[in-house]
Amino acid sequence: MYTFRTGIIELIEYKSIGIYMLNYLWLAMILLGVVWAVVTGRLGDVTKAVISSAEEGVQLSIVLLGILCLWSGVMKIAQKSGLIRSLTNFSKVLFAKLFPDVPENHSALGAMVLTFAANFLGLGNAATPLAIKAMEELHKLNNRRDTASDAMVLFIVINASCLQFIPTNVIALREAAGSANAVAILPHVWISSFISTIIAIIFYYLFLLMEKRRDYALWHL
Amino acid sequence: MAFMSVLSEAAIPAVIIAILIVGAWKNVPVFDTFLEGAKEGLATAIRILPVLVGIMLAINVFKESGALDILVDLLKPVVNFFGIPEEIVPMAILRPISGSASLGLLSRQLKEYGPDSLVGKILSVMMGSTETIFYTVAVYFGAIGVKKTRGTVWIALIAGLAGMISSVIVCRLLP
Repeated sequence: MYTFRTGIIELIEYKSIGIYMLNYLWLAMILLGVVWAVVTGRLGDVTKAVISSAEEGVQLSIVLLGILCLWSGVMKIAQKSGLIRSLTNFSKVLFAKLFPDVPENHSALGAMVLTFAANFLGLGNAATPLAIKAMEELHKLNNRRDTASDAMVLFIVINASCLQFIPTNVIALREAAGSANAVAILPHVWISSFISTIIAIIFYYLFLLMEKRRDYALWHL
Repeated sequence: MAFMSVLSEAAIPAVIIAILIVGAWKNVPVFDTFLEGAKEGLATAIRILPVLVGIMLAINVFKESGALDILVDLLKPVVNFFGIPEEIVPMAILRPISGSASLGLLSRQLKEYGPDSLVGKILSVMMGSTETIFYTVAVYFGAIGVKKTRGTVWIALIAGLAGMISSVIVCRLLP
């Protein structure tokens, strides 16, 4: 049996894969940059870039600081008033159809829809623990310990395709860069994230079909 | 189109007002609760500050040395095939790997190309409509110890690519 504790240990190990990736990327960017600067004689520009990057990093987090506080504050009210929970109940009907293996009153469905709602409202930080809860609940319905169930695959690809109503960080950065109309891109974001979610669902069903035909090897990762 | 611009202008105030009204209706102490949440936001901002400084260092060095131009040249045929402007290549690479890194890149590129230019718009839409795929898959599966993830990474990457391509198309079609 997987307990929460072993889950956390695995989480740390898995997370490190992602961190390794960024470690190599970071190192490669700086090394290649400096080497190329030597070749092309642009070391002076790189020196300036090094010094200004520290300032830019701080500036950027100050831009994000305000909007992060504001939005987290507003969303806390939405959480406490039960608004997010009622949004969840409202969309349960739709999601029950997408996840036929999950019984209608199982707590997995609630946790999944709560995750979608949190992501939708731009509550990225609240979404992660909810998603982990949802994965644990889904794992209880899964009879293969080390293999993802259909519901898990669909749950993750919908999350990874990013259904977001108000991308607050992007709007703050546009405002800081001097945009005449920082929110003008909202309809574009809605259309585009809708399309990517639909594509995720379509390819999920295609994948199930392909898997049934045992065209397994290519997909196995 | 007028409808769309009204909708985008109204979205944020409408969401805030709706949340406040429901909160007051349910007897939530709205300002206290706001402060409680805002403190969490502050903690997040402080947590990402060192990350952003580090990321800006790598992005700036890579860019100013001219190494970025070479990478973009290399990938030009691929992105031209999909009709994606080449300025977007760095974002397309970084977006699925790291959220803070792509925020840093977005900030820099918006200043460079202008937030209201076509490239600036495409970058914003791309950032808003795609996710940190590798991180999401690793953390969610890692939490329950599932190792065989079947097609998850592939499906998510295909959906991410679709999101990027549709960002370009939507920005070209809508003013």
